[in-house]
Amino acid sequence: MKVRVHVMPKDGLLDPQGEAINIALINMGFAEVKKVRQGKVIELELEEADKIVIKNRVEDMCQKLLANSVIESFHVEDI
Amino acid sequence: MTKVGIIIFPGSNCDRDLAEGLVSTGFSVEFIWHKNIELPNNLDILAIPGGFSFGDYLRCGAIAAKSPITDAVLRFAKGGGYLIGICNGFQVLCETGLLPGALVGNVGLKFICRQESLLVENSDSIFTSKYNFGEKIQIPIAHHDGNYIADTEIIAELEGNGRVVFKYLENPNGSINNIAGILSRNRRVLGMMPHPERAVNKIHESNDGRSLFLSLLESFR
Repeated sequence: MKVRVHVMPKDGLLDPQGEAINIALINMGFAEVKKVRQGKVIELELEEADKIVIKNRVEDMCQKLLANSVIESFHVEDI
Repeated sequence: MTKVGIIIFPGSNCDRDLAEGLVSTGFSVEFIWHKNIELPNNLDILAIPGGFSFGDYLRCGAIAAKSPITDAVLRFAKGGGYLIGICNGFQVLCETGLLPGALVGNVGLKFICRQESLLVENSDSIFTSKYNFGEKIQIPIAHHDGNYIADTEIIAELEGNGRVVFKYLENPNGSINNIAGILSRNRRVLGMMPHPERAVNKIHESNDGRSLFLSLLESFR
């Protein structure tokens, strides 16, 4: 079973990388871009089939390592 | 002799500078590899040096904070042990939860390596007793992720209880309230982004870092 973890800077937190991308896109002529935020995607391959077990385990991984709750939010997606 | 254990991770690169600074101010030091699960039992102080532990993968300090040595470090701190984390060491301490908040990318998105003016905001700690309150000191910084962030209540708690020890005179990285270094609630854990070990020697531009090590040494006499 594979899952994908999306980690994003928390809402309201300054995201200088997102801002830099936003400015570059506008300078390139993509004037419709209003806001860019940059996060990261982590894919995990697990030796486990039970979706509920996986959900609990991966959330535990996110809280303990994959995301820092001070600055980031996360969500887990099945793939 | 007051003994400092310096923890080394793959990618630590200020361990020897820190040892040099400590030895030159009267400490003895012992290096501790991060894969150990026990600390030497005669340590007075633990230090986590600067560098790029685990290549800054995932988040600065995140992987180091889950090293085999971490449980022993947490036990040392919880037993009232003294700890100092410099630069990457500060990031590691935040990631372990021994210090609140987090250090994120500098607002200018640049790695900044230069002499920085700091203000001593608390001269009543074991780390800063040899400075004067409000004293302006010169200590170099060298970081890409030194932007200190914490929620409003934590910042108020830090500011209201003398837990902010150093502030930047001119904010280089976007840190809330210009914060450059903070103490734990029990005031025995210090995390700071500037490098006092790069301001101790005649060949350094400034020697203002010496007073930090001498403060610490005196508190053990």
